[in-house]
Amino acid sequence: MSADSSYQTYYVPEQSKLPIAMAIGLGVTVFGAGSMINDMSAGKADSMTHWIFYAGALIIAATMFTWFSKVIKENHAGMNSDQLNRSYVWGMGWFIFSEVMFFAAFFGALYYVRNFAVPWLGGEGEKGISNMLWPEFQAAWPLVNMPDASGFSTPKELVDPWHIPLLNTILLLSSSVTVHFAHTALKKENRGQLKLWLSATVILGFTFLGFQIFEYAEAYNHLGLTLNSGIYGSTFFMLTGFHGAHVTIGGIMLSIMLLRVFKGHFKPDDHFGFEAASWYWHFVDVVWVGLFLFVYIL
Amino acid sequence: MSAVLETHNHDHHGPAKGLMRWVFTTNHKDIGTLYLWFSFTMFLVGGCMAMVIRAELFQPGLQIVRPEFFNQMTTMHGLIMVFGAVMPAFVGLANWLVPMMIGAPDMALPRLNNLSFWILPFAFLLLLSTLFMEGGAPNFGWTFYAPLSTTYAPKTVTFFIFGVHIMGASSIMGAINIIATILNLRAPGMTLMKMPLFVWTWLITAYLLIAVMPVLAGVVTMMLMDIHFGTSFFSAAGGGDPVLFQHVFWFFGHPEVYIMILPAFGVVSQIIPTFSRKRLFGYTSMVYATASIAFLSFIVWAHHMFTVGMPLAGELFFMYATMLIAVPTGVKVFNWVTTMFRGSLSFETPMLFAVSFVVLFTIGGFSGLMLAIAPADFQYHDTYFVVAHFHYVLVPGAIFGIMGAVYYWLPKWCGNMYNETLGKVHFWLSFIGMNLAFFPMHFVGLAGMPRRIPDYALQFADFNRISSVGAFMFGATQLLFLYIVINTIRSGKPATAQVWEGTDGLEWTIPSPAPYHTFTTPPEVK
Amino acid sequence: MPLRTMPWFRLVVGAMLLSSSSAWAEWTVNMTPGVTAISREIYSLHMIIFWICVVIGVVVFGVMFWSVFAHRKSKGAKPAQFHESTTVELIWTTIPFVILIAMAIPATKTLVKIYDSKESVIDVKITASQWKWRYDYLNDGFGYFSNLRTAQDEIYNKAPKGDHYLLEVDEPLVLPVNTKVRFLITASDVIHSWWVPALAVKKDAIPGFVNESWTIIDEPGIYRGQCAELCGKDHGFMPIVVIAKEQAEYDAWVASRKTAAAQENELKGKELSKDELMERGGKTYATFCAACHNLEGTGTPPVFPALKGSAIALGDKNAHINLVLNGKAGTAMAAFGAQLSEVDLAAVITYERNAWGNDTGDVIQPAEIAKLKAAQ
Ligand code: HEA
Ligand code: HEA
Ligand code: HEC
Ligand code: CUA
Ligand SMILES: [Cu+2]
Repeated sequence: MSADSSYQTYYVPEQSKLPIAMAIGLGVTVFGAGSMINDMSAGKADSMTHWIFYAGALIIAATMFTWFSKVIKENHAGMNSDQLNRSYVWGMGWFIFSEVMFFAAFFGALYYVRNFAVPWLGGEGEKGISNMLWPEFQAAWPLVNMPDASGFSTPKELVDPWHIPLLNTILLLSSSVTVHFAHTALKKENRGQLKLWLSATVILGFTFLGFQIFEYAEAYNHLGLTLNSGIYGSTFFMLTGFHGAHVTIGGIMLSIMLLRVFKGHFKPDDHFGFEAASWYWHFVDVVWVGLFLFVYIL
Repeated sequence: MSAVLETHNHDHHGPAKGLMRWVFTTNHKDIGTLYLWFSFTMFLVGGCMAMVIRAELFQPGLQIVRPEFFNQMTTMHGLIMVFGAVMPAFVGLANWLVPMMIGAPDMALPRLNNLSFWILPFAFLLLLSTLFMEGGAPNFGWTFYAPLSTTYAPKTVTFFIFGVHIMGASSIMGAINIIATILNLRAPGMTLMKMPLFVWTWLITAYLLIAVMPVLAGVVTMMLMDIHFGTSFFSAAGGGDPVLFQHVFWFFGHPEVYIMILPAFGVVSQIIPTFSRKRLFGYTSMVYATASIAFLSFIVWAHHMFTVGMPLAGELFFMYATMLIAVPTGVKVFNWVTTMFRGSLSFETPMLFAVSFVVLFTIGGFSGLMLAIAPADFQYHDTYFVVAHFHYVLVPGAIFGIMGAVYYWLPKWCGNMYNETLGKVHFWLSFIGMNLAFFPMHFVGLAGMPRRIPDYALQFADFNRISSVGAFMFGATQLLFLYIVINTIRSGKPATAQVWEGTDGLEWTIPSPAPYHTFTTPPEVK
Repeated sequence: MPLRTMPWFRLVVGAMLLSSSSAWAEWTVNMTPGVTAISREIYSLHMIIFWICVVIGVVVFGVMFWSVFAHRKSKGAKPAQFHESTTVELIWTTIPFVILIAMAIPATKTLVKIYDSKESVIDVKITASQWKWRYDYLNDGFGYFSNLRTAQDEIYNKAPKGDHYLLEVDEPLVLPVNTKVRFLITASDVIHSWWVPALAVKKDAIPGFVNESWTIIDEPGIYRGQCAELCGKDHGFMPIVVIAKEQAEYDAWVASRKTAAAQENELKGKELSKDELMERGGKTYATFCAACHNLEGTGTPPVFPALKGSAIALGDKNAHINLVLNGKAGTAMAAFGAQLSEVDLAAVITYERNAWGNDTGDVIQPAEIAKLKAAQ
């Protein structure tokens, strides 16, 4: 590729204060998060450590804001060669791949407990003898009755896939379509359509989140399905929770893109920020399809 | 663009002055240097912990440390050597060398590059600070098996988890940067199959990193949830399984060990042809072999878990898959040997490290193959035989690879030649010390000494004493290395651009020391 | 300073000299062939692979050292120009592959044998916990704990170390020879691993799950092993001793165990004197509690609290009993209610409330414990 493209000077930024600010922000955040969580678990009500965490998060947010503004400015100043844009493309692409692997770890865990651990505990399969430790336990999925129920929150009922989750599936799938329409509109230089479809996407995204929060509240308050509901609750909330977190990030990304659209950013042939956000959105969408299938339905 | 650039940087040709140069830098050479010094510092810290371990094991009985502290030392030694010494050293080498080797002006994403580095000091500060916190540092082994690392862990495990999170983020960003650089910034004419092998091995390593670091992040997140938020991933009472932890961990862990060796393969593939004055034999097959190793590394993880009670089919699958790795690795070894065969060999320090790498790594590979035989592993597992295996692939493997690389490219980096005599002394003392330290571990392991114990039965005493003496010798020798490097930077004889007689590659076409900015216009590649 | 008197020199030479004396005769450098059919098979597997590796090593390093000696620049060697050959690449891909298959065949056979699950005669359930083993003879209905016996003074170099330093236990596992014994291995806290090299059995003990393994021992004898999975502080102090006996001797041993168990059972209903309880409690304490709380009751703060003067040991009796029975979730303090007999529980709690200056004067009877247990 680079072999045949005609050469443009590659933009190498000079010194920057942003990365170190970010690193400090990260350091402070994780130190604060660790202290905060430890104090919480130890039941120290008077602990002030959460402020460290907030301070760190604030540094991160401020740095990210400055950093992205700077990159946008540089782009507007015409410093980005095609080659640099390709670097961003590779960067975003492989970042998304790393996120896929993060989810793979949790899907893998779900696969393992469903097909191995739970049946073994229930007396089926090659290590079924384990059942001698839990003579009362019967394997079933979704796992409602834990091998040792004491100390766990036994769910009375589970989330019905054909209500909110189905609705959410429809919402998210259509948002993938709308973001695609927005992209097409952008490429066709149709700003009105762009604004329309992108706004629609953001609204769909946040509606999804709203329903998700509602579903969580239901689960916690009425169904008794919590993080503490054994392995079913664990996998359920971790998978949907991390997905929700990613929808939030994607939603914020798209909202920023929307703001930028209103500010007149992006050209038909130069809109990497937008593309990156939309890829991320498609990725979040694909993960949801996996979730709907493996967490809710099957 | 030039108009804007001008206002941005007044001094495009040299580094800024003062300490802030290192903090704010976006230059791949500066960042490479930072990585390398950081890694060396961590090597000393982790090495000192190993010295505590070896001192306690010098004789039977508990004399220097308590078992609690011994476990902390073992754990921190493993973690720091793996994540703090070896991985950053390779990233440092990649930073220095990849752009120079492919004719790129810098790394693809220079600011991200700086961030990748500066996360590390914070991550390790956090990790090391646990040593001084209530409850003590992580004490559950670098493999942190649940539930010892969850329900039964000291409270500091929370900091350990977050430390792993951010250093994982650093690795992922570093890997993305390297991939983008290699795929996007090659000089015209530098096709993939013309890239030096070091670049190839790093490209593949970067893919391994991107694929497995998130999995590590996932597994520590599950731990965090189990410890603090009531989930039961690793607890049978709630339907989870402690063994689930091991599966997820080793899905990361096994590729991780190749992350620690592939770049060293690359280094050796650069050094051996130079001092054999002969082209690398079988370039193409080297590339394919590296790729095959990387691919296989994803399907062998459970060879660390042969005794965990897997169904027979699983046991067989993982045994066969693991054994297969010997084939592509063998191809590499044979190619190196054939490169030397009928060459015109000379044995400067980098070559000494490279040649001993080939021999000693292969010995470590052989013991790896023995471990891969599942029924035999029932006897080897969690004994010092395993410790011997992985130190043979890591110390004369990864560490010798790094040291060879430093001797080989140091003249290019700082413009001065190191002292050859001292270099050779360093090599030979390291070589002897290292073998003295780690070879006897095979014997005590086979004779039945478990790993991770602060005290042992009397029949293991003699070999442990020899091992400790060797370890002290190897450790002390590394101070000489520090001296040599500093001495070279400050007062070595100036080196030529070519440096070595038989070199080949873009980095040798630029002056020594390499100018602060190289290839701002891309070089011609034949 | 003359070389001879320099400390490091003495250290090195001392080490070398020492190495050649003391336990020289005892050391071994290889895997034990063991005393079971499987262990011998594994041993020969080990030796086969070892020699294959040696041969490959000799060939590969041979070629390499030949080059090192013959093709040196200082000897005027001129580099050849060849740098590629698909044929040789194919050859040295194929040959190792074939060698690997040759290794895989016997390995597979052995593995399949190890996974053989034919009926066993004796079932022993092995339960690991920090840092002791429990053996339950499922067919005969008794069981007991097995603890490290080596004295602390030996470990801390205050007394000379005995022959079986760290590899001796109070109650070994006793098995008959030439009989198929099945092990059902599990753990009650963290992961441990039950390993006796002479039997070539190493199986992880996973809390909440049961792993199976088996052995048929050929020769009577004493076989020693250790816990082989990091399990916390005293992982290095968790030995295993197996005594293999002829069938008749084994039967006699089982019979005596059963009578002992019956006597134990009787004690449950009895009133015991404070002295009896204190004596028994001291022993129980030393084997089960001292690992964490220390023999003097001082613990190892901050992780393991002191019991000497502790609020619980001096405070409400029932709170104390409750804590020992049920442990404390999320800490290393295990629930001992199921692990210890009523008599032992009563004794150890009485002991804790009266030893080291904890002079509550309370006496707890087994019946009291039984009542509380039943209530739960
Ligand atoms: C750089 C790191 C590195 C490398 C490269 C390797 C390489 C290999 N490792 Fe190792 N390994 C570790 C680091 C590494 N390992 C670590 C850190 C652990 C312990 C983790 C822990 O528990 O803490 C470990 C543990 C470990 C185990 C688990 C042991 C146990 O806990 O019971 C096993 C088992 O299969 C294994 C196997 C192998 C194999 C088959 C290779 C192969 O890649 C080796 C291939 C090379 C050769 C075989 C030599 C050259 C080949 C030829 C000359 C061709 C001809 C040869 C033949 C046909 C025989 N390793
Ligand atoms: C790349 C990785 C790497 C490297 C380089 C090393 C290097 C060394 N390791 Fe390594 N080791 C591991 C990775 C590594 N190790 C891992 C992953 C484990 C498993 C952990 C676990 O079980 O969880 C382990 C475990 C381990 C054990 C087993 C501990 C146990 O099971 O309890 C031992 C025991 O001897 C040991 C020894 C050494 C020694 C002597 C060195 C030496 O090579 C170190 C030499 C370096 C120095 C000494 C520093 C430089 C010198 C100075 C600062 C001067 C001062 C020196 C003196 C005063 C002499 N290591
Ligand atoms: C594996 C380590 C371990 C062993 C063995 C152990 N304990 Fe504990 N014990 C602990 C820990 C840890 C605590 C602190 C729990 C907490 O955080 O409150 C504790 C707390 C206690 C307490 C409460 C002390 C206080 O003041 O809070 C008592 C009483 C006690 N243990 C009795 C026993 C008895 C009796 C035994 C043996 C039969 C025993 N322990 C064995 C680890 C252990
Ligand atoms: Cu029990 Cu190690
Ligand atoms: Cu491995």
